[in-house]
Amino acid sequence: MSRIIVALFAGALFGVGLVVSGMADPQKVIGFLDFAGDWDPTLLFVMGGALLVTMPAFRLILKRPRPVLADGFDLPTKSAPEARLIGGAALFGLGWGLSGFCPGPAVAALSTGLTPVLAFVASMLAGMAAYAWFFDRPDNLRSPVGARVPGGGPEGGG
Amino acid sequence: MDGFTPVSGLLGGMMIGLAATLLLLLNGRISGISGIVGGLVSPGTRRGAGWRVAFVAGLVLGAFSYAAAAGGLPGGVEASVPVLVIAGLLVGFGTRLGSGCTSGHGVCGIARLSKRSIVATAVFMGVAALTVFVSHHVI
Repeated sequence: MSRIIVALFAGALFGVGLVVSGMADPQKVIGFLDFAGDWDPTLLFVMGGALLVTMPAFRLILKRPRPVLADGFDLPTKSAPEARLIGGAALFGLGWGLSGFCPGPAVAALSTGLTPVLAFVASMLAGMAAYAWFFDRPDNLRSPVGARVPGGGPEGGG
Repeated sequence: MDGFTPVSGLLGGMMIGLAATLLLLLNGRISGISGIVGGLVSPGTRRGAGWRVAFVAGLVLGAFSYAAAAGGLPGGVEASVPVLVIAGLLVGFGTRLGSGCTSGHGVCGIARLSKRSIVATAVFMGVAALTVFVSHHVI
């Protein structure tokens, strides 16, 4: 139960951060991606602000034998970038550039109730379900969700 | 286009970082939104979906409450619905195939100095910038 409350609180803080930072506004994101236009570097500060906290904090946390409320850290275990990772990132980049939405801000923007946001998120879920149907069946060990690694793991993708 | 807002950007970014820190420290989980949401529509990870639902609910409620208190959410989506549908499919499929998005790779993976996350972030940012260049300045 406490883990559910933590997830709810972390999600809420994450959502507030997305709105405060401007990431929840797709036009602001496009302004950051538009290097040839009236470039708005704000998103560099968003990512910088987040990394300012996570870089030292993750380093300390992963020295612990386990998280406070769970048996182990659930971390990705792969370390080498492969074609699949790069192909997936490229497809994501294309969709991100076309819409200005990446998954977090799109979900947060559901709170606007706007039809275009609903259309994007429904379509995104369909894309994720299609992936799961192709690659992430229970009998298929190629799941991208990392194995449970007690005590912190080797490097790997997020 | 909005102006340059480094202070609110930095502040909001630190909130995102703090949220990711809490989820890792307490629950041992990475705050990758594509992974958290994707797990809800993946038969392989349906077990233990409670925390995923809670995180997503928090995300929507947090954004809504703050925006309501601060006087409305930033509106306006410029892209048309057909473009958004295509973009949504690409973002959904691509983030799952590439094992992460801006939060999972960009914030959590880079914080762990993961080579995969650094490469993925460079690729999706580069392709997104190229896409905006072509759609705004070429076509």
